[in-house]
Amino acid sequence: MILSESAEEMLEALWLEYEANKRTDCVLSKLRESPDARTLKELSDAGIIVCKNPDHASVTEKGLAEARDAIRRHRLAERLLTDVLSVKGELMHDTACQFEHHLHKGIDVSVCTLLGHPKVCPHGKPIPPGRCCEEESKTVKPAVSPLSSLKPGDLGQIAYLYTADPKRAQMLISMGVIPGADVKLLAGFPSFLFELGESQFAIDGDVAREIYVRRNSAA
Amino acid sequence: MTHEIPKIAIVGSPNVGKSVTFGCLTGRYVTVSNYPGTTVEVARGHAKIGGVNYEVIDTPGLYSIFPATEEERVALNLLCETRPDIVIHVIDAKNLERMLPLTFQLKKLGLNLILVLNMLDEAQALGQTINTSKLSDELGIPVIATVAITKQGTDQLQDAIQKQHEDGIRTHEHHPVPQFSEIMMRRWYGRAREIAGRVLIKTERSRVFSRFDRALVHPATGIPILAAVMYFFLYKFVGEFGAGTVVDICETGFEDHINPWITKIADSYVPWEVIKELIVGEYGIITLGIRYAVAIILPIVGLFFLAFAIIEDSGYLPRLALLLDSSFKKIGLSGRAIIPMVLGLGCDTMATMVTRTLPTRRERFIATMLLTLCIPCSAQIGVILGLLSTTPNVLLIWLVIIFGIFAFVGAVSARLLPGTRPSFVMEIPPMRLPQWKNVLTKTFARMEWYFKEIVPLFMIASVLIWLLKVTRAFDMVTRWIATPLAAMGLPASAAKAFIFGFFRRDYGAAGLYDLHKSGAFTNNQLLVAVVVLTLFLPCITQFLITIKERGWKIGLAISIFVLGFAFSSGVILNIILSAMNISL
Repeated sequence: MILSESAEEMLEALWLEYEANKRTDCVLSKLRESPDARTLKELSDAGIIVCKNPDHASVTEKGLAEARDAIRRHRLAERLLTDVLSVKGELMHDTACQFEHHLHKGIDVSVCTLLGHPKVCPHGKPIPPGRCCEEESKTVKPAVSPLSSLKPGDLGQIAYLYTADPKRAQMLISMGVIPGADVKLLAGFPSFLFELGESQFAIDGDVAREIYVRRNSAA
Repeated sequence: MTHEIPKIAIVGSPNVGKSVTFGCLTGRYVTVSNYPGTTVEVARGHAKIGGVNYEVIDTPGLYSIFPATEEERVALNLLCETRPDIVIHVIDAKNLERMLPLTFQLKKLGLNLILVLNMLDEAQALGQTINTSKLSDELGIPVIATVAITKQGTDQLQDAIQKQHEDGIRTHEHHPVPQFSEIMMRRWYGRAREIAGRVLIKTERSRVFSRFDRALVHPATGIPILAAVMYFFLYKFVGEFGAGTVVDICETGFEDHINPWITKIADSYVPWEVIKELIVGEYGIITLGIRYAVAIILPIVGLFFLAFAIIEDSGYLPRLALLLDSSFKKIGLSGRAIIPMVLGLGCDTMATMVTRTLPTRRERFIATMLLTLCIPCSAQIGVILGLLSTTPNVLLIWLVIIFGIFAFVGAVSARLLPGTRPSFVMEIPPMRLPQWKNVLTKTFARMEWYFKEIVPLFMIASVLIWLLKVTRAFDMVTRWIATPLAAMGLPASAAKAFIFGFFRRDYGAAGLYDLHKSGAFTNNQLLVAVVVLTLFLPCITQFLITIKERGWKIGLAISIFVLGFAFSSGVILNIILSAMNISL
């Protein structure tokens, strides 16, 4: 279902309310954002809310699922922006608000997988799990996690580098640590030792936390 | 063709065998080891191929044309400024896919390339077969497979150079180094993968990560192994055997045979007492300068370099870097710094040059300072071990004090200096069996270098001291030094050792050796003197190299700090010893 941006913002506000009070009834004027008449109509037409009187509404079951997905997209967008694109602070929030609208069905799954099915947003709020996350927890499907979280013997493929220092990314890429390359962790203590092609590289924990690897299920 | 002789530059990633290839072409030896960053400077040699003279240039390792460290910058600058007529890109054959991106980058700079697939034997041992003619077609440049260490493939390489030359060296348009871009890099890696897929046949998988490899890098086993290596190589071999047995033999030989002989000659042929004093006197060029250099310093340094060459060529050092990285972080360095530090135990001057391989200025500064202050070079370690071999207590306390100062000064500078925590990224080459030929060649090359460094210096020292003596300024200098010496609780006779120490600290330590033999010191005094001389400025050459590498401001600041620190440590140590009434 494609809703307007303001309707999506409303969905998020409804979810926040539900998250806080565990109730589907709400007072519209007390929400984070109070809707204008047009948005309200859009939401009730879509069967997301049922308006009891001008200020009271109740979220339908379908509406709750939509709200959950909306907040999931928002928080995934925040994760993507902070973890991969290193966008910070105020800018991150504003960008996330625009970004989330592009994360519709399918894309949110790719982003979630890319990020390794994160559980919380950068502010520590839970990201409602999607179907991809449930499947992930049942079968160990390729997921993205930092090299530092691998165990010796684990195999994987470099997914992306997330370094605070662009010089360091340049150095790693020059050495061959490039997305798509196959790696195998050989030792994780006291520092990290991994195999790439026929070479071995030693890195410290800080660097190992910046190399994200898509884990191969056959370890 | 211009009148200038054509230039061939050898480039490639670290530790792929550029220096060995250089040796194959020129017959000149440059240091070869089994760790990335052995070559930090450009080396030049000559080769005559097909009747044409070429200048051949060896360069430090370069991962990409986007340099991250000083030595990479040295290599890139050479390519951009010298514009060699032919560039030999040496790669590790077993890592074709990872190494080809640099070939593309070099091509992009408009260089005239020959690709050398070195260490073909290792690739074959891993079950890899590379179709070189197909690779050559794909890349549009000549491709030669070699095993440089056994000179296999050198003929073909020479033929390729000759052909390139006869075809008329194409003057490509030189392109400037582009801006780093991840997208561009990904494209290059993608192409490398495609080409490798077409020319490379792999049958088995990968080198194994053996129990031994694991044992070297795990602290529970790695630390005891390190202790054992230090004990056997440094203490037993260099200390007991070198500084004890060998130096004894050399010293006795010198004093029993050469000194009397040369004194006799001087007595009968040199009528002037003053000149005689210069040659064979107490501080004579031969009786003191040459004797120290040849009979004390050289055997110790030679044995150290021999032991060190074996360790270097095995590939142990990068593993040590991995093992000690987290400890080194506490002193503001990363595991990479282990290589200059261990090399410093051989020669601080060489080590100061090698600090170039450290990626940030902050690390280079801390490493240079620690090298200058508290890494004694092999000559000094040897003399000190010889000096303290009869008093193990003093030896142990000396070791604890120097180690403590190393950790303390490192930790303080890590805290005080601005800048971020260093990060550690290092390629770990396979363990390899050291080749005797390379071990010996390297040891002799280093001994020769060292000998050329120290002999003139020792002779100059002898001449200067002689001048001081003749002009009676010596007594004056001795009197000046007597005051700080007294503050450290040392007798005035120790002045001699400290004057020597200004030239080289190992020379100073050798001076202590003579003094101690004549019973000039109590054990307390011995400890203080040894500690102060260990912390002293290493030598004039190291001072000059520090200035060259770090600039004169930092060089001078480090030197003044080190001198002050050394003397104050002596004073404080003396105060502690006497206050606590300790008599060793």
